[in-house]
Amino acid sequence: MFSFIGRSIVQKIITLFFVSVVSFLIIHLAPGEPSQVDPMNPKFTPEMVERFQKEFHLDKPLYVQYLYFYRDLFTGKIVSWKDSQSVLTKIWERFLNSLPLFIVGTILTWTLSFPVGIRSAIFRGGIYDRSATFVSYLLISIPGFFFAYILIILVVTTLHVPVIGMETFGLAASSWGTTLMDRVWHLLIPSVLGATGGIAVLSRYVRSQMLEVEGQDYVRTARAKGLPPEQVHYKHALRNALLPFVTMFGLILPGLIGGSVIIESIFSWPGMGRMAYEAILARDYPVILTVNFVAAVLVLVGTFISDLLYLVVDPRIRL
Amino acid sequence: MQMINDKFLESPLAPKQTRLQELWELFRQNRLAIVGLIIFVFFLISAVIGVVLTSGQEPVFDPAMIRLQEKLLPPLTRPNLETLQPAEVPTLGIYLLGTDDLGRDVFARMLQGAWVSLTVGFVAVGISVLVGIFMGGIAGYFGHGHLRYDQIIISCVLITGGILLALGMNYTGVGLLIVGHAYIFFSIFSKRILSKRTLPKWFVLIHKGAISVDTIIMRTVDIMLCFPTFFLILTVVALLPASMYNIMIVIGLTSWMGTTRFVRAEFLSLREQDFVTAAKALGVGNFRIIFRHMMPNAIAPVLVSATIGIAMAILTEAGLSFLGFGVPPPHATWGNILSDGKRFIFDAPWLTFIPGIAILIVVLCFNLFGEGLRDALNPKLREKG
Repeated sequence: MFSFIGRSIVQKIITLFFVSVVSFLIIHLAPGEPSQVDPMNPKFTPEMVERFQKEFHLDKPLYVQYLYFYRDLFTGKIVSWKDSQSVLTKIWERFLNSLPLFIVGTILTWTLSFPVGIRSAIFRGGIYDRSATFVSYLLISIPGFFFAYILIILVVTTLHVPVIGMETFGLAASSWGTTLMDRVWHLLIPSVLGATGGIAVLSRYVRSQMLEVEGQDYVRTARAKGLPPEQVHYKHALRNALLPFVTMFGLILPGLIGGSVIIESIFSWPGMGRMAYEAILARDYPVILTVNFVAAVLVLVGTFISDLLYLVVDPRIRL
Repeated sequence: MQMINDKFLESPLAPKQTRLQELWELFRQNRLAIVGLIIFVFFLISAVIGVVLTSGQEPVFDPAMIRLQEKLLPPLTRPNLETLQPAEVPTLGIYLLGTDDLGRDVFARMLQGAWVSLTVGFVAVGISVLVGIFMGGIAGYFGHGHLRYDQIIISCVLITGGILLALGMNYTGVGLLIVGHAYIFFSIFSKRILSKRTLPKWFVLIHKGAISVDTIIMRTVDIMLCFPTFFLILTVVALLPASMYNIMIVIGLTSWMGTTRFVRAEFLSLREQDFVTAAKALGVGNFRIIFRHMMPNAIAPVLVSATIGIAMAILTEAGLSFLGFGVPPPHATWGNILSDGKRFIFDAPWLTFIPGIAILIVVLCFNLFGEGLRDALNPKLREKG
């Protein structure tokens, strides 16, 4: 077990190194210079460009820039090119904004998809199963931004609540309850949107896992010896069907960053996805690279956690 | 049981149904998948007709015709013929899907956009499937082989030389390229010359196997999986000059990992089977074995994931267009019609709903078709049927 942990940590560090090299190369070898972002600006004289390049080591060869960049990243001194603020503090602030969206979305996904999936599996082929299947295909296929506008129209015209942004401007002085409800309303639609795809995919997955387990011999035995159906479904079948999902807890970590770009920009939510989008527009390389690096770390940590959980949960696996 | 036996006795020959017919029988039972297929064929036809009717010098439906006096008309409105020039009157005599904020005919723009969605889906998935099959095939079939140190060093030298040449450092670049090629020639001829003599120690050392092909390819897959896909696509598309082809290539090159894994897994099990051994014993070449004997047996999961991949690619392209990184403006895509229309969402909701529902239906039909295909190709279901 310890050798497995050691080996996989070494492997993940090597992978991370290559990810850092590849992302650095992609960004820096793409056509265009970051110093030319704003060529129409009269303040951007050639001297300014030169100073800018010196300031951020852009006049050095590529491998030196790479070393400078990752030295700055690991010592936490990395600054954004746009406003010279520390990238790590910027990301941390935005991360705290994204966190509620992520948490509510994850809770919605995991609490809704299990009942739906289990019920479709138990009543396989029935009207409930078929309509749940169709609805989940619908939810997978609907473009997120289109669904967002449908929900905005629905909620705004029927409930008359504000939805864009993180909070209503100028509400700070009002009572505690109003502020809270305001935050909840703002949080609701983006997190529902973030959860839809997850609910659709996960409930399908729960259904197929459940069906597979229900076809096993021990479930038939349990049924044959006269156990009540609830006990067969929830005690014998469900427990075994749950096994793969324990490991998926690790795999939701990367969802913290990816996928929220469109939703956050529609709802003007000042989260990580939106920051990344703005950084791309402004060619703010340090921010782009750091977000990418953090995302890669999250993916690797996620797979590592899921491997470990597998070890703990499934006694048949020995490494 | 009796009936099955009778049937068996009557026809001792191999079943007359080909695999395709059998597949079609199974596929037909899935009603949703049939609906998906029909919609897909309809979409294909309308996209092809659309590109014919909306391109050229004088298109039948002009998606770029601006009529500022006719803007934001709801669907099925008749144009006001008094204010229009004869050339500006829509071909059908009616705005089938309304007009947008510049008075352009949404129907013509949707027709033009259908082709974009179709080509982006197919070309991007084509690229990803090709790369995936190639990488997966190599990893699965030649996976045991080891790369030697000298091969790695020489390929590094060649690649560095190429990059340096491209960056304009001609002398060093050409020098490295010459060294690399010289070593390749040397290693081709050295087998004959050196086979009799005892070799120096360093030569033996660099001829040792360093790392297996399988390891390299699968670690590359791991590295690619670390990138947040949509963010990576967004970054690359934003940095590259805006064009439809860049989007296709970037989507294709960031989504081949699944196919590689499928193909590799299939190849690992197929490689040990008797028909492959038999083919090898007959002296069939490696590539013929891979493409003629093994690939048809491994293609089923690839087809399914490709169908669903097309749906994902169409969604990704629409998302990029929505954010403003898609196909450059005068050309209409469903994503940028929606993105333009969102400003008028309460005044002209059709500008949001028509492209949105179109994307939804097309993506849904690909998903349903893919799932139907997966069920039909599933051997467990076939035994039952």
